[in-house]
Amino acid sequence: MTLLIIIVATLAITAFYYLSTIMQQTSVLKGAQEEQVTEKDNWINAKLMFAFLIFIIGFFIWQIAEYKHVILPESASEHGNEIDTLWDFNMYIVIAVFVLTNAVLFLFAAKYYHRKGNKATFFAHSTKLEMIWTIIPAIVLSVIIIYGLRTWNHITTPASKDALTIELYAKQFDWTARYPGLDGKLGKTNYKLITDVNPLALDEKDNASMDDIITKGEFHIPVGKEVNFVFRSRDVIHSAFMPHFRAQMNCVPGMETYFHFKPIITTAEMRKKLNKQDFDYVLLCNKICGASHFNMQMNIIVESESDYNAWLAKQKSFGAKEETPAASVAPDSTKNIVALN
Amino acid sequence: MDTHASLSHDHHDSHHDTHHDAAHAHHDHEQSFWSKYVFSTDHKMISKQFLITAIFMAVLAMMMSIFFRLQLAWPGKSFPILEYFLGKWAPGGVMMPDMYLALVTIHGTIMVFFVLTGGLSGTFSNLLIPLQLGARDMASGFLNMLSYWFFAIASVIMVYSLFVESGPASAGWTIYPPLSALPEAIPGSGLGMTLWLVSMSLFIVGSLLGSLNYIVTVVNLRTKGMTMTRMPLTIWAFLVTAILGVLSFPVLFGAVLLLIFDRSFGTSFYLSDIFISGQALEQTGGSPILFQHLFWFLGHPEVYIVLLPALGITSEVISTMSRKPIFGYRAMIGSILAIGFLSFIVWGHHMFITGMNPFLGSVFVFTTLLIAIPSAVKAFNYITTLWKSNSIFSPAMLFAVGLVSTFVTGGITGIILADSALDINVHDTYFVVAHFHIVMGASAIFGMFCGVYHWFPRMYGRMMNNKLGYIHFWLTFIGVYGVFFPMHFVGLAGAPRRYFTYKNFPMFESLQNINIVITSFAIMAALAQGIFLFNFFYSIFKGKRASQNPWNSNTLEWTAPVEHLHGNWPGALPEVHRWPYDYSKPGKEDDFVPQTVPLTHDEEEH
Repeated sequence: MTLLIIIVATLAITAFYYLSTIMQQTSVLKGAQEEQVTEKDNWINAKLMFAFLIFIIGFFIWQIAEYKHVILPESASEHGNEIDTLWDFNMYIVIAVFVLTNAVLFLFAAKYYHRKGNKATFFAHSTKLEMIWTIIPAIVLSVIIIYGLRTWNHITTPASKDALTIELYAKQFDWTARYPGLDGKLGKTNYKLITDVNPLALDEKDNASMDDIITKGEFHIPVGKEVNFVFRSRDVIHSAFMPHFRAQMNCVPGMETYFHFKPIITTAEMRKKLNKQDFDYVLLCNKICGASHFNMQMNIIVESESDYNAWLAKQKSFGAKEETPAASVAPDSTKNIVALN
Repeated sequence: MDTHASLSHDHHDSHHDTHHDAAHAHHDHEQSFWSKYVFSTDHKMISKQFLITAIFMAVLAMMMSIFFRLQLAWPGKSFPILEYFLGKWAPGGVMMPDMYLALVTIHGTIMVFFVLTGGLSGTFSNLLIPLQLGARDMASGFLNMLSYWFFAIASVIMVYSLFVESGPASAGWTIYPPLSALPEAIPGSGLGMTLWLVSMSLFIVGSLLGSLNYIVTVVNLRTKGMTMTRMPLTIWAFLVTAILGVLSFPVLFGAVLLLIFDRSFGTSFYLSDIFISGQALEQTGGSPILFQHLFWFLGHPEVYIVLLPALGITSEVISTMSRKPIFGYRAMIGSILAIGFLSFIVWGHHMFITGMNPFLGSVFVFTTLLIAIPSAVKAFNYITTLWKSNSIFSPAMLFAVGLVSTFVTGGITGIILADSALDINVHDTYFVVAHFHIVMGASAIFGMFCGVYHWFPRMYGRMMNNKLGYIHFWLTFIGVYGVFFPMHFVGLAGAPRRYFTYKNFPMFESLQNINIVITSFAIMAALAQGIFLFNFFYSIFKGKRASQNPWNSNTLEWTAPVEHLHGNWPGALPEVHRWPYDYSKPGKEDDFVPQTVPLTHDEEEH
């Protein structure tokens, strides 16, 4: 880290030193013959091409070693493992192409520089070669496309009927989760019904609304059970991003969007794996949505089904909340107003 | 050299040339300051106007990037320079979140549109289309002048928008509504966004006037013998770029117009069921996703509007400076056409997670990955051109080689992002930022530098200093990799883009070091641009005098005299007898054979 800064600084200082010497030289030579690329220039730049190849490959390896720990941990969802496998497969291809193409490019540049008496080979085209590098990429890409689309289709197949439905509601700059309650159905909504006590615009005339459970700050999901998320937004486009679960979907005002996954690692297990007692899964906003976009988050707790049920039983339903607005809803809504202003 | 001199004095050409010459004899003396430098209709002057304006805009946008990089590397730390430049937006030297978003928005807008579209196409299409085709000027000098002045006014309005009280547009350069439609959602969507929309509308008008002119000129004003398959690849790239612009910019214009209606006249094209500032808006039935479809219908071709001219310029420079014909000339043309066509049917890959039908997503995965094939062909053809070459490393050549590297390095991460399943978890993260800055930002700006160093003698009759060019290139090249390579890892950590700070998330604590590394490289690369600026402006006035054909190049622009004439060639227009890439042809004494040299009787054309 500090080493790197030192390298950067040294590079800059050397450059500016040369700069000053060159400035002196040019002022002496001004008015002399035309600016020409000398034999020495070609030689130096050819060597630098080779040095640069070493630099980027070295830099690449150094980064993998140094930054491996910042990358997201293993997937906490079932489909996430499929994505990670697909990722690795594509990455091997991509890294191979990166290294080989750059190597050939810089090696050619380093080798075939101008020297007196040299002549370039007149080689204008070769149908055979061009076929080779049209067909080989085409084949590799077909594999990538087919493998990728199989995974994509699998992930986007609609959720099964017995999946648990949870709504995530986005607004500037926080999240609210809504559970369907005992009837298993989310109540209807209408954006014109939004008030301080009804921030999610639930329609009280719809019976399905009254037992809906609304939570803020964090929401819980049971491990091993498929969860079908429904997304809504109150004001601008937000994006519900749950990186540990390899899940993301935009929340668009005026329409509902969906994404489903099955969590497979509980929060407690992940804390153990990462050896971090304060670790939490997090839902964050990933579509520019205003000044506090950078701090629009909600914790996700994955736990056993029994813990989840116990937690859910303690939450109040929409109907119940209405009876005690002062106690639970009011503080929240004042906060919202502050945030909006 | 003698060959063209004698050729251009052969008066065997059509009558309109002589007519032209007669007209000029008077012209050159009568031109006032205004008609020569300001409202010029000469393509060479207009090209310089575009270049200087773009350089000014690029410096602005680069400074903005340094400002927000400071905030990202050292969040909350006080930097007096920020308060100096941003004033009330950075009280005590710490910028406000609103200003952060404004800076990333305007940085993106200026770089994509004003530098890499206006600057790159405007400069080099204008300079090279008439000169490389052997035309006296553009088809319409007047439209060409208008094209620049629309661009200039658009630039002034965009810069002016930085100074309005509620701040410049800050909804991201993609200005997705509803955020961009509602001043209640973000202050920058007030007057700042109005000015952004007005500026971009004028920009589009300018761009269309320019593009139509380029197309007409290429189709109609080629000199005798300049068949389509004898055109330099630069011209092919500019032609396809202009066609892309004509077909896609009007769609952005439509999108912008509807957004203006939504903002000012209460329509609901993009707005539906919104509750904001304690009020439910009346608008219902619109779709914010419609805007994204329209925006990216321009937005994706735009990527190639930025990239193709750079690829064209570097094809020409790599061939000239490697003293070898470009490998696979026809395959290069085919690739340009294929990329141009495909760029219109891939826009949906920006929208995989907007809730679009997954099947439609699959179609876009397929079309997007197809683009990798012509791109791969281009990369391999570049590399094969270098094989057994005799490369002269002028600064332009270095930037051309740099472009091939960034084009490959940035392009391959596109393969990852085009895969919808993989896009889910890196969408809108720094992985994307890294990808497009390398493949589009760095490659296109390298193409632009390449063009400036190579054609500077053609523009100003003087040479830029090579040594300064070398230092500029190597620092910039290291800077580009140093800044954007580590960004991939930031993205893989799950860090979203357009975050003012990452301090609010324990999971991003470990990113602080990477951000400092990135910012350090960014500062170094930014300082290196000072070398370029000095070299550029110093050389305009004090550079060494250029000879007529300093790079021993084959193309027609080097057959015109160093002094600029309105009409380009003093005598008859040059006549073309061969393709532009006869470098190191066996049996020839010199390692180059200009296009004006007739084929010998037993010689085969490429």
